[in-house]
Amino acid sequence: MELRKNYFADVRKDGLHEIGQPRPRLDSPGHVTGKTAYFADRNFPGMLHLKMVRSPHHHARIRSIDTSEAEKHPGVARVLTAKDVPHNVYTILILIQIGPEDETVLADGKVRWKGEAVVAVLAETERAAQEAAAKVKVDYEVLPAVFDMEEALKPGAPLVNEHHGQNYYLYDSGECRKVRFGDVEAGFAMADHILEQSYQSSPIEHAPTETTGCVVAPEGNDRFTCYTNTQAMFFTLDNTSIILQMPGSKLHFVGGTVGGGFGGKVDVIVEPIAILAAKLTGRPVSFIYSREEEMQVSSPRAAEKVVIKDGVMKDGRIVARKVTGYTDAGAYSRHSPYGAQKGAAHYPGPYTIPNVWIDTYCVYTNRTPSSAMRGFGVTIGDFALEVQMDKLARLIGMDPLEFRFINAYRDGDMKAHRQPTEGAALIECMQEASRAANWPVAEKYMAMSSYRKGA
Amino acid sequence: MAKVPVQFTLNGSEKAEFVESGTTLLHALRDKIGDTSPKGGCHQGTCGACSVIIDGELRLSCLTLAETCNGTDIKTTAGLAEGGVLHPLQRAFLDAFATQCGFCTPGMIMAAKVLLDRTPNPSREEVIEALSGNICRCTGYEPIIQAVLTAARANSQNAA
Amino acid sequence: MSLALRTFSSVKDANTALQVSGTRYLGGGTLVIRAANEGDVSVSSLIRVTDPGLSQIAVSDDKVWLGASVTMAAIARRPELAALAPAARAVGGPAIRNMATVGGNLFATAPYGDFAVALLALDATVATEDGEMPIETFLAGRDTSRAIVTAVGFSLPKAESFRFLKVSRIKPKGISVLSIAAHLQRTVDGSVTSARIALGCMADRPMRAKAAEKALLGCKLTPQEIAPALAAAVEGIAPITDPIASAWYRAEVLPVHLGRLLLT
Repeated sequence: MELRKNYFADVRKDGLHEIGQPRPRLDSPGHVTGKTAYFADRNFPGMLHLKMVRSPHHHARIRSIDTSEAEKHPGVARVLTAKDVPHNVYTILILIQIGPEDETVLADGKVRWKGEAVVAVLAETERAAQEAAAKVKVDYEVLPAVFDMEEALKPGAPLVNEHHGQNYYLYDSGECRKVRFGDVEAGFAMADHILEQSYQSSPIEHAPTETTGCVVAPEGNDRFTCYTNTQAMFFTLDNTSIILQMPGSKLHFVGGTVGGGFGGKVDVIVEPIAILAAKLTGRPVSFIYSREEEMQVSSPRAAEKVVIKDGVMKDGRIVARKVTGYTDAGAYSRHSPYGAQKGAAHYPGPYTIPNVWIDTYCVYTNRTPSSAMRGFGVTIGDFALEVQMDKLARLIGMDPLEFRFINAYRDGDMKAHRQPTEGAALIECMQEASRAANWPVAEKYMAMSSYRKGA
Repeated sequence: MAKVPVQFTLNGSEKAEFVESGTTLLHALRDKIGDTSPKGGCHQGTCGACSVIIDGELRLSCLTLAETCNGTDIKTTAGLAEGGVLHPLQRAFLDAFATQCGFCTPGMIMAAKVLLDRTPNPSREEVIEALSGNICRCTGYEPIIQAVLTAARANSQNAA
Repeated sequence: MSLALRTFSSVKDANTALQVSGTRYLGGGTLVIRAANEGDVSVSSLIRVTDPGLSQIAVSDDKVWLGASVTMAAIARRPELAALAPAARAVGGPAIRNMATVGGNLFATAPYGDFAVALLALDATVATEDGEMPIETFLAGRDTSRAIVTAVGFSLPKAESFRFLKVSRIKPKGISVLSIAAHLQRTVDGSVTSARIALGCMADRPMRAKAAEKALLGCKLTPQEIAPALAAAVEGIAPITDPIASAWYRAEVLPVHLGRLLLT
């Protein structure tokens, strides 16, 4: 690896001992010897296995649930329904005051997506739990469902989630997150060209090799040790404390070793119900998603739709950008109100544009609830923005890399959210990319710097 | 539930257990015998995390019933290091940063070991083919391929 | 009820035991154990047979008999069966090929069962306890068949007359978008005198492309002459839709891949 020392020569420090040197990973010796302890490597005598009965419908009212046959099945220790969960309606981000609580641990009266948890069955073996789960009878009245964000926002669309009252998340700023900077209509009026394009993406599953799960052991002192592969240890502990109405001091979470997460293990899904089961049975409980559950039930990256309208001058300056973003939360919020908000913060991209208007909506549909995944709220936006940048460059007959130099943000520039730019390095990255990719740009761009004179 | 006896050699030592009929080798190894190095990633035969070597052949322990393994010789990644000294494959995986989350690693090492036992100097294509039943979601595979090639070179230098 | 395995030394005894409902035959385990792991509680009892004859490969003159327990790996490493090696190697990864059997592949629902596609193109004979039957008859009735498959027989094709292609999205291998096997007899000047083409993923089980077979007769394998056969390949297909590809996509790319196979 070669370090180019000509960039930021005045601020760089060269007395570093670690950069550029290989350092062994602390966890590798455990990995290569098979000694690393993942949550499922814990095994306790008398452990029960939890299997979930899930909704086969996208949207339905539950008329009745009959667990009597399942309870009588050999090997079954306990069957749990909504009434067993102390605080059944929750939302993860309530910890940072982002409500309302809108999701059930076990469905109560209604299911809002295909795969929603309805009844938990606990048995001596996985097989017995599967057999008993097949004997749970749920009588559903199927309701109209909506799967498309724009359909969901239309008047008269089926209401997905009564806790919201409408099919979008109501921010303190209203029906969407908004950014207003300059006068976007004036910018369009002065532009030489206007380009409006629409971009969309499908949900993406993280597909970690280790599926989501936890193993819970009741301790003698009325505490519960939860071995989990959560990526959000304290979020999970605190939410479990709320859901189970149990002081956090009763909960001991052991984790940190995750067999692939990529953001897919930040939801609070398996731990509360498994700890509740351990509490009600007094026995250790294992709840591990099957591969099918991991692929179909765990939260994916949200589907997104991004509409970008840009005004651009013949000389390459973007003078106005209007973005409407839609994030498909699925049936419940989880982390999606935050994801949509991140989009609002991100959409101008790393470019200095004097007139910006952004609206981002978090929309509810009867799809699998989405949540975090590597740069959620940003990644799909970047795809849309950079494809848009190439199209704009083509529209005005300019080299796409030079077009980005013209619009790149530099130190001191005011961003659309009224934060002055600091520590920018986009110009230097593009200069290096120009060399590495053998994509030459005019000398004046190679002479640019992220520092503006006088900044 | 009917228990059946299973008896096999695991990493050189005799094991005998009673398991419920229909128990997979993966469950028997992990829950009965306590060797948790094979991992359950899919239980479908798709991910390869549960790979073990039975009588010299690579097998998926999640799809193999324990009671069909009576009298066999089974090897897992947990038994690879001898006297605390890492096997060349383990050393190469460590040095090449071929592990990230580590969940696929024991299965990958088993698949690689079977390859090197039969083909001490494999081509890159042979390594890719040998690992084609093992899924890694972190590394993008390249460091793993390099680790196996490095281990092969280390082996041939030791043999020379 | 747990899953219980019963072991028999003879096919005859096992076949009797298999008649009890909830019983499935255990071959390599890649289908039935997978189903049980995924929560299929319809199977409560498994039957297996240890008769070593089921693992025999018999090659005499140009006639081959593969025992039902012969694995894909065993086929791939047998020099006389080189023509079939690409089809055997198309199944799974190395570990799966050490387990998956010829008999099991006959029961695999699409997108699996690539080897059975090759056997269909070869007009194989399936032997069961009840006697022998053409593979086409066997495949049509496999859902209700309760007779244990003991072997599959076929005439060994000349390497140049047998072609196999599996298309997947993951390299070096993944689950089938489709698979195609073609057994072609040609005159010295290259005209097709007989054609048997089998398709995978174009229905829930391997099927023949009979219209394409017919359209190929008398043709030389040139882009112009095979064009009618490619157009006819989609006749009668009902491709599966799964996470790998939609039925629409599979139907669209079938003629493209058939063309590539015929022109190689």
